[in-house]
Amino acid sequence: MIPAAFEYARASSVDEASKLLSKFGEDAKVLAGGHSLIPLMRLRLAQPTALVDINGIQELDHITERGGKLHVGALTRHVTIQNSSVVQEKLPLLAEVAGEVGDNQVRNMGTMGGVIAHADSAGDYPTLAVILDAEIVTNKRTIPAKDFFKDLFTTALGPDEVVTEVVFPVANGPHKYVKFRRRLFDWAIVGVAAQKLNGGWRIGLTNVGPTPVRATAVEKALHDGATPEDASQHASDGLDPAGDLRASPEYKKHLARVLTKRAIQQAQGQ
Amino acid sequence: MKHKVTTTVNGRQHEREVEPRLLLVHYLRDELGLTGTHIGCDTSQCGACTILVDGKAVKSCTMFAVQAEGRSLTTIEGMAKDGELHPIQQAFWDEHGLQCGYCTPGFIMAAAYLLDQNPNPTEDEIRKGLEGNLCRCTGYVNIVKAVQSAAKTMSTSPAKKATVTAGGN
Amino acid sequence: MAVTQLVGSKIHRREDPRLITGHGHYIDDFTRQGTAYAAFVRSPLAHARIKSIDVTDASKAPGVTGVYTARDFKSLLAGTHPAAPAFVAEKKFVPERFPIAEKEVCYQGEIVAAVLAETKAQAADAAGLIQVEYDELPAVMDLEKALEKNSPKSHTDGPDNVCWDFTYTGPDITEAAFKEADVVVKERILQNRLAPVPMEPRGVLAEFEGFDKKLTIWMSSQNPHFIRLFVSGAMGLKESQVRVISPDVGGGFGSKISPYPEDYLVPTLSRLAERPVKWIETRTESIQNATHGRGQFYDCEVAAKKDGTLLGMRVVQYLDVGAYHGTFGAFQPVACLMAGGAYKWKGISARTVGVLTNRVPTDPYRGAGRPEATHLVERMVDLVALELKMDPVDIRRKNFIQPKDFPFTQSFGLVVDSGDYDKALDKALEHAGYAELRKKQAELRKQGRYMGIGFSTWIELCGFGPSAATAPATGGIALVESAQVRVTPTGSVLVYTGTHSHGQGHETTFPQIVADQLGVPYESVELRHGDTAEGTAFGYGTYGSRSLAVGGVAISRAVGKVIDKSKKLAAHMLEAAEEDVVFEHGAFHVKGSPDKSKAFGEVAFASYGMSLPEGMEQGLEAVAYFDPPNLVWPFGTHIAVVEIDAETGTPLITKYVAVDDCGNIINPMIVDGQIHGGIVQAIGQALYEEVVYDDDSGQLKTGTMIDYMLPSANEIPTMIIDKTITPSPTNELGVKGIGEAGTIAASAAVINAICDALSPLGIKHVDMPATPDRLWKMMKEARQ
Repeated sequence: MIPAAFEYARASSVDEASKLLSKFGEDAKVLAGGHSLIPLMRLRLAQPTALVDINGIQELDHITERGGKLHVGALTRHVTIQNSSVVQEKLPLLAEVAGEVGDNQVRNMGTMGGVIAHADSAGDYPTLAVILDAEIVTNKRTIPAKDFFKDLFTTALGPDEVVTEVVFPVANGPHKYVKFRRRLFDWAIVGVAAQKLNGGWRIGLTNVGPTPVRATAVEKALHDGATPEDASQHASDGLDPAGDLRASPEYKKHLARVLTKRAIQQAQGQ
Repeated sequence: MKHKVTTTVNGRQHEREVEPRLLLVHYLRDELGLTGTHIGCDTSQCGACTILVDGKAVKSCTMFAVQAEGRSLTTIEGMAKDGELHPIQQAFWDEHGLQCGYCTPGFIMAAAYLLDQNPNPTEDEIRKGLEGNLCRCTGYVNIVKAVQSAAKTMSTSPAKKATVTAGGN
Repeated sequence: MAVTQLVGSKIHRREDPRLITGHGHYIDDFTRQGTAYAAFVRSPLAHARIKSIDVTDASKAPGVTGVYTARDFKSLLAGTHPAAPAFVAEKKFVPERFPIAEKEVCYQGEIVAAVLAETKAQAADAAGLIQVEYDELPAVMDLEKALEKNSPKSHTDGPDNVCWDFTYTGPDITEAAFKEADVVVKERILQNRLAPVPMEPRGVLAEFEGFDKKLTIWMSSQNPHFIRLFVSGAMGLKESQVRVISPDVGGGFGSKISPYPEDYLVPTLSRLAERPVKWIETRTESIQNATHGRGQFYDCEVAAKKDGTLLGMRVVQYLDVGAYHGTFGAFQPVACLMAGGAYKWKGISARTVGVLTNRVPTDPYRGAGRPEATHLVERMVDLVALELKMDPVDIRRKNFIQPKDFPFTQSFGLVVDSGDYDKALDKALEHAGYAELRKKQAELRKQGRYMGIGFSTWIELCGFGPSAATAPATGGIALVESAQVRVTPTGSVLVYTGTHSHGQGHETTFPQIVADQLGVPYESVELRHGDTAEGTAFGYGTYGSRSLAVGGVAISRAVGKVIDKSKKLAAHMLEAAEEDVVFEHGAFHVKGSPDKSKAFGEVAFASYGMSLPEGMEQGLEAVAYFDPPNLVWPFGTHIAVVEIDAETGTPLITKYVAVDDCGNIINPMIVDGQIHGGIVQAIGQALYEEVVYDDDSGQLKTGTMIDYMLPSANEIPTMIIDKTITPSPTNELGVKGIGEAGTIAASAAVINAICDALSPLGIKHVDMPATPDRLWKMMKEARQ
């Protein structure tokens, strides 16, 4: 279908992007990779009055490691993250996840910033951000990941606020992302991220709630010496997932437990 | 308000005034008359609209024409050179990799990108590399065979491979 | 008979050069000067009364040339949507259907208004400005509830929701069989509603020329002549005033057979607007509005002896007709007539009930009734085998119709012309390594893993069809096929067929037949189809695996007529008696004097000259209509091997074998391609696809390709494909159809494999789609 009409401007700097967003008003949206936004616009489920195209802001497309932190620019494409030797070395879990987003064509366009800002409950990066205590840096401030994701498609971002980068800790210990879906290019029905960091496990769940879930009960059980099998039973603690066409709430809770076990076991197997 | 867009498509420069909401696929089809790129869905699943933008496979239904400003695009019409089929096109023909042909341009472009990134893919890598393209007729069997055949041909004739690298023509 | 050089060869397709270079001609590639673009406003509700339609804002929107509602079309379109008798001659209630709703909408997507604008973007914008007020009515969604006495009605002015209730054979037919039974197995089997989803959505471009009173329609259709027939009739035009051109069609699978509301509205809009009008469907419109397939459930009982002999079957088919009767909506009851499968029965009692609901109509979808029949009988046979603790292979062998039994009259009087079911089964078992598989299964079961082997020893009837059967089914037009063959002075052979491929490669295969038969170079034979202005007066289209078995034979017969005339002329040229002239290798020679010959090309040229035999006219062309004496009966064996993840319930097909018999093969590459595609569509039904509606509101929940799941290249197994060849005695080419075979066979193989995998848990039957969630739930409950 054909999107509704909108105004369009290209920003050549973050500052300009923010000013343009302010100028166009609250129904303006940032256009990065467009692979979450444009399908919604084609179905006319989203009808922004203006798009601020940030694809030309080169400084937002970078991956740098400094001081034990991995800085991923908001405009960095999934394919770049997937193939980056820096990411593969410093945070291989992220490279693994990037390589499983959508398909080749999607990975050439979709961005870190886009996925983070869109906050789809089925997005994979938000889960990583939450369990790794990443920081979302905008043109105005730095927001810890745990405070960033408020609800489905809802973040802490203000009206003229633009994500500029996401800062992850370096973590190259045992890790695994198990992404359960029917077809290879689908979003996760349920996803589980497992990362050993500073001697302890970080476990996160994708798409079992409106925002990513950090499976603290599982982490604690592992810390207390439980086997992956036993610890993973806690993965569904406190979960109240919404059912959809692909999975009932009951099934999602079951998958949370099974996939958590598998994620930990496969991470350990490395 | 219309915006001016200048693109290079299959080696030729074009300048048009377009609405921002004009999808890149509609720009190719309706503005430039290049109807080889097809539309099969509304939600970026099917991949029939796949083209190369600066050598990268992109679903042209999920991009606005204005985003292609200054870029070099390759569509299915740009694959054959001087009347000679690209090895991937030849391979689809040899292996019966198409039936109704509607998804085929998208597959050929996706395969071009796949082989550019990975000239000697395993069967699994081919299937994964084509996960963003759907076909309803062939059951994919001969499409995979076609890409395998093209990979073989292209690995022995590197000159042909060069037509599809980043930067376009 | 043909000299078989090209026939049987893998020949590169002629269609491909334009398709692989982006120069195909699909409907959206066409435009005409001055075209206006149409957008349709559709009901968002499954069932409602239309209170009001306010077009004020839309009429003033930029670029809009007109906004139209039902009353604008009333005087220009007559009659109701055609509904063929098909396999149910007696209908109880067939709702009237005008292409655009006036008072009541009965399915989500039904058109209530149309807007024309200068650009398609403007049309889309304006459509969004049309305000329609509805009074929502209860939506009929559940087939069983729909049949209850006080059920809300799909159409408020209808008597109830029964479109038909027809008994082919009563329960008395099987009384004896069930009396003597040692076991009776009973099951309810679902056929999930499917969306055909050809990669190319529908589209119509129409140009009504008022002064000439001529209408040209370009559209993506499997049968342009039928569209000409229906649309001309509805518009009050003669067939001769209407030309329908169907160019390259990007897939159909049955969803581009019947005329649609848009096929009437777009030409009429052109008439109203006095300019060409174009409309192309979005994918959402396609899933919502293009006719759906399957949508049935069966209550079935089978009686058998304890040695595995099948005695009788009682089956009731409940079919979701939808809100209106699809043009061939009553075709799918053929599933009842084929419920006996490859086996001999004492009797089958069959009844079909067509239920009206508030969903888009169902119509043929690849296989049209035969996948349902195969799925049904193959599931039931496995259930009997399970009950008797018999190997599913053995029970099948025991009951197969044997080679010596052919021609075999089955339970409904249909005559199966040929077959060798054991042969295909043997070959399939060998490819699968059956004994090894059972060993492996035993080992894996010890490890608590769930592996299953499933069979589908399918047969089907296709090649529609003989006039005696099809004329009553369509309401008067026998589904024969026509061909015209024309030879030009320099020996070009133009072949016009009434079929219309949409991926099946007719431009390649039909010339193979002609070139062989005439002994002329392949390059000199050209196939043309899809344009009602060319070729014979009527063509019947491509569906039901008929193009080769009926269309190919018609072509062969037309070629035969050309050879007959050529022979007469050649004899004249050779100064010999006609009976002394032999046609061989593309030339005519006198018996015993091979050097005294005339090549076909020479004869062709001579046919345009002056020295013709007494009474012979110039020219060299012929028309033939072929009325097949019977349907044709392909068959085969498919074997699926499946493993189900014990924890997540995810089914994975680890091996797939298909041994199919379509009689003589014209182009093996094309045959295999059809089988691959057919199998994957059935896997789609078995594991992934379903059109889902909200049970209460009737809202479509799977309206995009995100939710309506077509498998990608990663979700399909490696397939081992082989053949047996049992030529059909029904036509001189010995060919059967193959286009639907894969789809007919495969869902049963996959589901039987899943049931076999889960049988240690006591699970006997699994419905489609067998999603991980559903399987996990069943496994969990079984373990408790």
